[in-house]
Amino acid sequence: MTNTDLSAAPGPGASPPSSRRGARLGRRMRSLGGLLLSLALTLLGLLLVTFIIGRVMPIDPVLKVVGERATQAQYEAARLAMGLDKPLWQQFLVYMGEVLRGDFGRSISTGHPVAQDLRRVFPATFELAALGTLIGVCVGVPLGVVAAARRGGWIDQIARVVALVGYSMPIFWLGLMGLLLFYGILGWVGGPGRQGIVYDGMVPEMTGMILVDSLLAGDWGAFRDAFSHIILPASLLGYFSLAYVSRMTRSFMLEQLSAEYITTARVKGLSERRVVWAHAFRNILVPLITVIALSFGSLLEGSVLTEIVFSWPGLGQYITKALLAADMNAVLGGTVLIGTCFVALNILSDVLYRTLDPRAK
Amino acid sequence: MQNRFPLRALLLASAVAMAAAAPAAWAETPADTLVVAGQIDDIISMDPAQSFELSGQDVIKNLYDRLVDFDPTDLEAGFKPSLAESWEVSEDGKTVTLTLRDGVKFQSGNPVRAEDAAWSLQRAVKLNLSPAFILNQFGFTAENVDQQISFDGNKLVLKLDQPYAQSYVLNSLASEVASVVDKETVLSHAEGEDLGNAWLSTNSAGSGPFNLGAWKPNEAVQLVGNADYWQGAPAMKRVIVRHVQESSAQRLLLEQGDVDVARNLTPTDIEALSTSDKLVIGNEPRGRILYMGLNQKDPILSNPAVVQAMRYLVDYKGIEDSFLKGQFKIHQNFLPEGYLGASDENPWTYDIEKAKKILTDAGVTSGTIKTTVRDMAEYSNVMQTLQASMAQVGLTLEIQQVTGAQSLDAYRARQVPIYVGEWGPDYADPNTNASTFAYNPNNADDAKLSQLAWRNAWAVPDEMNKATVAATLEGNTDKRRQMYLDLQQQYREIAPIIPMFQRIERDGMQKNIHGWTAGGSVSSAMYRKVTKE
Repeated sequence: MTNTDLSAAPGPGASPPSSRRGARLGRRMRSLGGLLLSLALTLLGLLLVTFIIGRVMPIDPVLKVVGERATQAQYEAARLAMGLDKPLWQQFLVYMGEVLRGDFGRSISTGHPVAQDLRRVFPATFELAALGTLIGVCVGVPLGVVAAARRGGWIDQIARVVALVGYSMPIFWLGLMGLLLFYGILGWVGGPGRQGIVYDGMVPEMTGMILVDSLLAGDWGAFRDAFSHIILPASLLGYFSLAYVSRMTRSFMLEQLSAEYITTARVKGLSERRVVWAHAFRNILVPLITVIALSFGSLLEGSVLTEIVFSWPGLGQYITKALLAADMNAVLGGTVLIGTCFVALNILSDVLYRTLDPRAK
Repeated sequence: MQNRFPLRALLLASAVAMAAAAPAAWAETPADTLVVAGQIDDIISMDPAQSFELSGQDVIKNLYDRLVDFDPTDLEAGFKPSLAESWEVSEDGKTVTLTLRDGVKFQSGNPVRAEDAAWSLQRAVKLNLSPAFILNQFGFTAENVDQQISFDGNKLVLKLDQPYAQSYVLNSLASEVASVVDKETVLSHAEGEDLGNAWLSTNSAGSGPFNLGAWKPNEAVQLVGNADYWQGAPAMKRVIVRHVQESSAQRLLLEQGDVDVARNLTPTDIEALSTSDKLVIGNEPRGRILYMGLNQKDPILSNPAVVQAMRYLVDYKGIEDSFLKGQFKIHQNFLPEGYLGASDENPWTYDIEKAKKILTDAGVTSGTIKTTVRDMAEYSNVMQTLQASMAQVGLTLEIQQVTGAQSLDAYRARQVPIYVGEWGPDYADPNTNASTFAYNPNNADDAKLSQLAWRNAWAVPDEMNKATVAATLEGNTDKRRQMYLDLQQQYREIAPIIPMFQRIERDGMQKNIHGWTAGGSVSSAMYRKVTKE
């Protein structure tokens, strides 16, 4: 950590003279422009790479459209209609043009417009990942801090085992066991799927996140039902996120706790609680936010197995399935969405840095 | 111990979460709702002129009526009158006139007219999507279909290019592609030249027992009962088919009573469920045939003695009793049980000695074949048992696993020496399988046909090609049946595409479900007759 040696620095620096304000505004505008430019370039690069991979993949997307029994004439007609006869660069330009108009095309594996599909699957994944990360952070951060504060103590040992298990257990197996125990045997939670049958389609769709929608509609029954369905997969994802977050928190904290300013604080006679939470913990917030944002991002794209086990109609499953069917419109649309999410998370953590870290102001 | 606080907080938080999660009772599904768990991620369209996936057909079967139809609970009867109450064939056999039933209405309230029926068929031919060939077999093309299919009052007139067997024509008209759609409604949603295809892909406009409530791809299909259905309102006011990928998840849902029917249970799960006194396990033969294709371009496999020996190198019984248990049964003919002319003769058994003798007599003592197999347990397990038994007669089989798409690509390019896979019939007439297993009009590489015989580079003998065509023209149904029996007998003697097993479907369901059918070997799922008691 590069900021360890500096983190003993005193609180907010002196405010700059007012004459510099205009210059600062200009700088901000420029940095915003730069941000947007880098965002556009990132997405363009992402699109280009995905597009090329999709086109060189040894899978024939036309077959998925026309089916196994199609005659050669039907096959050719579909190939023409999909524009696959054109040179690759031309196909890319056409595609880019459509994307700029907000049209991601139609998915060949669902028959729906990709934008519509994404509007449906993304909230499902977002809801799951957000709750998972929330659980992971609420449990993982305190666990990591305590583990570091009492290094070698029993909590530290437990945290280590918990993290190790979290890293090494196949989520597929854990998910099935969780379902068997909490749904099959104990009956505490709802089964696979986002909702019970009775509530299916009962809550007016606004955000697409059922927890939020049912709250907005004031339908407590639907909320409880949705919660009982989401809690198990979210806990599982939370567990994995916890494993990562707690380990990272612990190592950040250990670094801080061995720094000289902590010794100073202790010598001053501050309570251990104040030393750990008010001094050391405050200083790890910045790197911790990056860790959390990355973990959230990876849950957004990488919970395919969880989605399959829990019949969760989310983004991971959607993209995987599309990829296997060479459904490039869907894959590209999903990739852009996830790419945008990562960029947005980066910007968000950037903004949080600035508020939390006085030196970044 | 000041900093115990976070631990305490987390205990508290999880307790709160658990309390909030404690559910209402998960008892059973509502009495007027049928809930099915299945794998339905193959659906790409709800338009009858486009849909050709198994799960899509299951839905369309229930959204629309056809001129004639199969009742899967009474398949013996064959096709029955549906929207057409009667039909007659002209003397030269080339004109079929169907009379439409009076007083049937679409769900929009529009009457079902011969005009709608004619337009529906014309539309399917003009759109020329995957299932259109079922209608095109009778000489319809986008250019001539407006003349060949016409209507007059309540009569629909089909002019065919050959005097086809009446059973052939009507069996084909019972397919989902021949569903009658509401012309006015569909046309009002047409975009450009698409004849309403985009709209109908995600909506329904039929006269069937259900309409499409919602379709969320990879998630669920919801059907809403049609209270005014002309054959009586279905007992189930709602049917929900949920996509549940995993057998174990389907099993849990079934055991908890959250679904009524689970359609994709593995043999292990079926075994475990069969002891439950709350559930029953169905057993329906389906149309799919698991076969082995021996590519005749391969220098070893093109030897008739090797083809002959391969028939005895499959451990039929062993496979049926082990890894295909409850999913397939032995069936060594290309027509599935349930089809007109289906044969129940299964002459081949697992006989290494016999295979060895055939090969030594022909002077074949060794050889190596490299093939690919799709990465599905059923197929690769069959391939591996084959590898073991071939090794015993001196033949080495090298197997490479590939994805479904890769496998299909290679197969279409005639590049798979030994292909193990399934073939599902496309429509309810025996010609659907005869014309792919026993018919290959052009064995040239550039012909690019879709027949299995072509894909295995098998030059079907002329007389067999002719017999296959002749069977489509035989007006007398009994004679036609005999023709297929003869065809299959001849096929068994020479064909290098060897049918081995027929698919059976074993659905787990709650004991109170009655009248459930997945469609048998010739049809699709039907929800209209399902009741709960």
